Amino acid sequence: MIAADLYTALPEIVLAVYAMAALMVGVYGGKDTLAEPIVWATAGLMLLLALFVGAKGLDVVTAFNGMYIADAFAHFSKMIILVSAAVVMVMGQGYMAARGLLRFEYPILIALSVVGMMLMVSAGDLIALYMGLELQSLALYVVATMNRDSTRSTEAGLKYFILGALASGLLLYGASLTYGYAGTTLFAGIISTISEDGMSIGLLMGLAFMLAGLAFKVSAVPFHMWTPDVYEGAPTPVTAFFSTAPKVAAMALIARLVHEAFGVVPGDWTQIIAFLAVASMFVGAIAAIGQRDIKRLMAYSSISHMGFALVGLAAGTAQGVQGMLVYMAIYVTMNIGVFAFILTMSRDGKAVTDIGSLRQYSKAEPLRALALLVLMFSLAGVPPLVGFFGKFYVLWAAVNAGLTWLAVAGVVASVIGAFYYLRIVYYMYFGDEIEPLDRVRAPVQATLLIASAAIMVLGVINLFGIEGLAALAADALVK
Amino acid sequence: MLNLLSIITFTPAIAAAILAFFLRGEDEAAQANAKWVALVATLATFAASLILLIGFDPQDTDFQFVEEHDWIMGFTYKMGVDGISILFVMLTTALMPITIGACWNVTHRVKEYMIAFLLLETLMIGVFTALDLVLFYLFFEAGLIPMFLIIGIWGGKERIYAAFKFFLYTFLGSVLMLVAMIAMYVDAGTTDIPTLLQHQFSTETFSLMGWQVIGGMQTLLWLAFFASFAVKMPMWPVHTWLPDAHVQAPTAGSVILAAVLLKMGGYGFLRFSLPMFPVASDIFAPMVLWLSAIAIVYTSLVALMQEDMKKLIAYSSVAHMGFVTMGIFAANQQGLDGAIFQMISHGFISGALFLAVGVIYDRMHTREIVAYGGLINRMPVYAAIFLLFTMANVGLPGTSGFVGEFLTFMAVFQVNTWVALFAATGVILSAGYALWLFRRVVMGELIKESLKSIKDMDRREKTLMAPLVVMTLLLGVYPALVTDIIGPSVSALVDGHTLALQAHEAASQLAQN
Repeated sequence: MIAADLYTALPEIVLAVYAMAALMVGVYGGKDTLAEPIVWATAGLMLLLALFVGAKGLDVVTAFNGMYIADAFAHFSKMIILVSAAVVMVMGQGYMAARGLLRFEYPILIALSVVGMMLMVSAGDLIALYMGLELQSLALYVVATMNRDSTRSTEAGLKYFILGALASGLLLYGASLTYGYAGTTLFAGIISTISEDGMSIGLLMGLAFMLAGLAFKVSAVPFHMWTPDVYEGAPTPVTAFFSTAPKVAAMALIARLVHEAFGVVPGDWTQIIAFLAVASMFVGAIAAIGQRDIKRLMAYSSISHMGFALVGLAAGTAQGVQGMLVYMAIYVTMNIGVFAFILTMSRDGKAVTDIGSLRQYSKAEPLRALALLVLMFSLAGVPPLVGFFGKFYVLWAAVNAGLTWLAVAGVVASVIGAFYYLRIVYYMYFGDEIEPLDRVRAPVQATLLIASAAIMVLGVINLFGIEGLAALAADALVK
Repeated sequence: MLNLLSIITFTPAIAAAILAFFLRGEDEAAQANAKWVALVATLATFAASLILLIGFDPQDTDFQFVEEHDWIMGFTYKMGVDGISILFVMLTTALMPITIGACWNVTHRVKEYMIAFLLLETLMIGVFTALDLVLFYLFFEAGLIPMFLIIGIWGGKERIYAAFKFFLYTFLGSVLMLVAMIAMYVDAGTTDIPTLLQHQFSTETFSLMGWQVIGGMQTLLWLAFFASFAVKMPMWPVHTWLPDAHVQAPTAGSVILAAVLLKMGGYGFLRFSLPMFPVASDIFAPMVLWLSAIAIVYTSLVALMQEDMKKLIAYSSVAHMGFVTMGIFAANQQGLDGAIFQMISHGFISGALFLAVGVIYDRMHTREIVAYGGLINRMPVYAAIFLLFTMANVGLPGTSGFVGEFLTFMAVFQVNTWVALFAATGVILSAGYALWLFRRVVMGELIKESLKSIKDMDRREKTLMAPLVVMTLLLGVYPALVTDIIGPSVSALVDGHTLALQAHEAASQLAQN
């Protein structure tokens, strides 16, 4: 029995063991001189694990008495997490190395946080959920302060840690309430208690507190305050990481929790999620208008995008989960492209993040400017770019679930949000000329930027088949 | 030729891709190459669309040249034309070579300019040929991107404000349509336009936040589509983006904006609002008729006082689009015939007028009316051509402008005499502003020093104008060219509309008894 359980959780175990082994090699080997090989090895292992996870069938396998669930939903989310983490790590390596930040702990911490994320999406129990979440968060707190000589970076890490601890407290409080009223921490147990005895007020409080804690992790309004500061303060590769894999994991975790543990009473949580969605879409769109720093701007942009993904969950249907998964996959792809570009922004060798420095960028680097233009329109959700289809999916799910008002709010927010994406295009193409950005030869970043833009254009043909996979994943979750 | 429509739609896009990937350099030779590639591509598209026109059977009111392939999410890639859409395709393909010719003197980022126009052509044709709701939306919205760039990069002094206003204004209008489209998809289970045309959307009154929505779902859907098309059209009072966009856009951009982009709104009303939501259209028809009449009179008055030539023509465009909406929502044969005719004719006339402004702007670099005067002394050919299009704009019999106005008036007179009477005063005003413009720019003594050495139109400019002159006169004396093609489809649309209204009437009678 234990062998089967261990086999089911093999990807997490392999990655965790690898992380510890790499730590030993790093400590007793060459310390930071080994950082680069460890980055490549970690990325390679993650891609291999992604293949391994992807090759698993559609069967739902549970392990450790239901605490760990391996189903199509978990596999889909894990693939996005693993691939995006690997790509972001390789992408940021050059930037970190150039600034003396590439320590051998960096890939190891990322690997540990990925283990946490994988546990999160596979969690079938409140304890497993909390363990995964904390493992992920602790690793991220440290990564945020990677640039330990910079006050902003340490401030970002500290802020993230304190607010994150508060959110964990909320989550834990909610979990204990749920345990108290349901008598079990297993999702399957909670749902059967609810379907037998109905939803008690204690369970409702527990659900609300847990959602509040998780909303912090996806930076949904009103739990978003940390996002802009942490995004701005952390080194750019770390910001890129924050905006991709952890968001997917937390979003998947919310979906898992509400459907597996509270799926029989959708009315109780769809309202909460719909509120989070509307608030995030509007605050993200409006607050970004005043931002001059592209990292802060992307922070608000991700708040707004999380709002859209939550629209899918607010529908409370399999279609909504499918829409959310498609949305997250598209969002991660776009963000990788944009952050690949931000990594190359520098003047006189120093990184700049002011959007004003993009003026007339299209003259210096026409191809990269065009790619960024495509990504901006895609982030804004203008057809025919793939970003539009992500929005279409979640709005469709919302209308189908009778939440037309939510869809109307979503499209209005997307118009407001379009303004600041357009402004970046405006700087690149219409702005007055100033001292241009450095012409950086950055093959990895440029390739990722252009590849991401190409995906946004070519995806119109069939979305690279992601829709069918997401449908299978959603059906595994929502019975 | 099974894929003829796809070929027509995507030829310009392929040319744009060729320019983007294979043309290097910024020197004069590269610029000339870019222009020639664009011109050849647009001419080839026009030639292909002529094959379409020849093969088209006007008597068949179904969609023709239909192509269908599966796409994502249960949508289909479906293209086809009927009597209502084919002439818009022709208008687009015919005007694009002229537009490319109009930017022959551009030297700033020529390659990108050509790419933007070629992509825009693909998207415009796609709007008129798409037979799937989402495909239509894709083309409809995507057109904003190249137009935003055309205004923003190659426009005048206030181009940034104009570009943002253009984009956000029209974007806001169309996202509401997106929600309506999703609701239609949920209700009907398909995004196939021919199927949706047969689908009856509910008209049952329900209450929404304490409001009784008469006409039910149809009313809400109609309003959402109206938000999009009224902005695109543009109808008074949501027309304010148009003068800004027109004034700041480069000449070629103005031509395409006035000649084709505005027609998307009218086409949308004809394709969606009227046939799919007949009951709601009937409920809102009086409102639209009055808005149109106000648009005709009000914007004509505003045009009268403009000091900028392009702005004047932009306002006159709003007035002329007022005739179109008036004709469409009169919902009878003459009205729809007149509306489509007016759109086609306005495509040629307004395109020509913007070209005419471009001709003197290229020479003097100002659009202020007071900077001109007495051009007839140095530019006789220009004066003659400008006079012809001024008269066509006024609606002089013998030009195509007359036919559209006459038909729409006839239509609306049968429906609402007061609207017809009120709108008719706009015709007098349009004669006022158009002739006054002509008087101030072309007539009189040539006293301004700066104009003393101005040259008449060169061969390129005459070549560009020639087809427009021919079409304006030809359609003016032989309107059957258009009405024969659109007639059967229009009458099918009108019959369907009347039947749907009668059925609704009968049903509500039955419910009352």
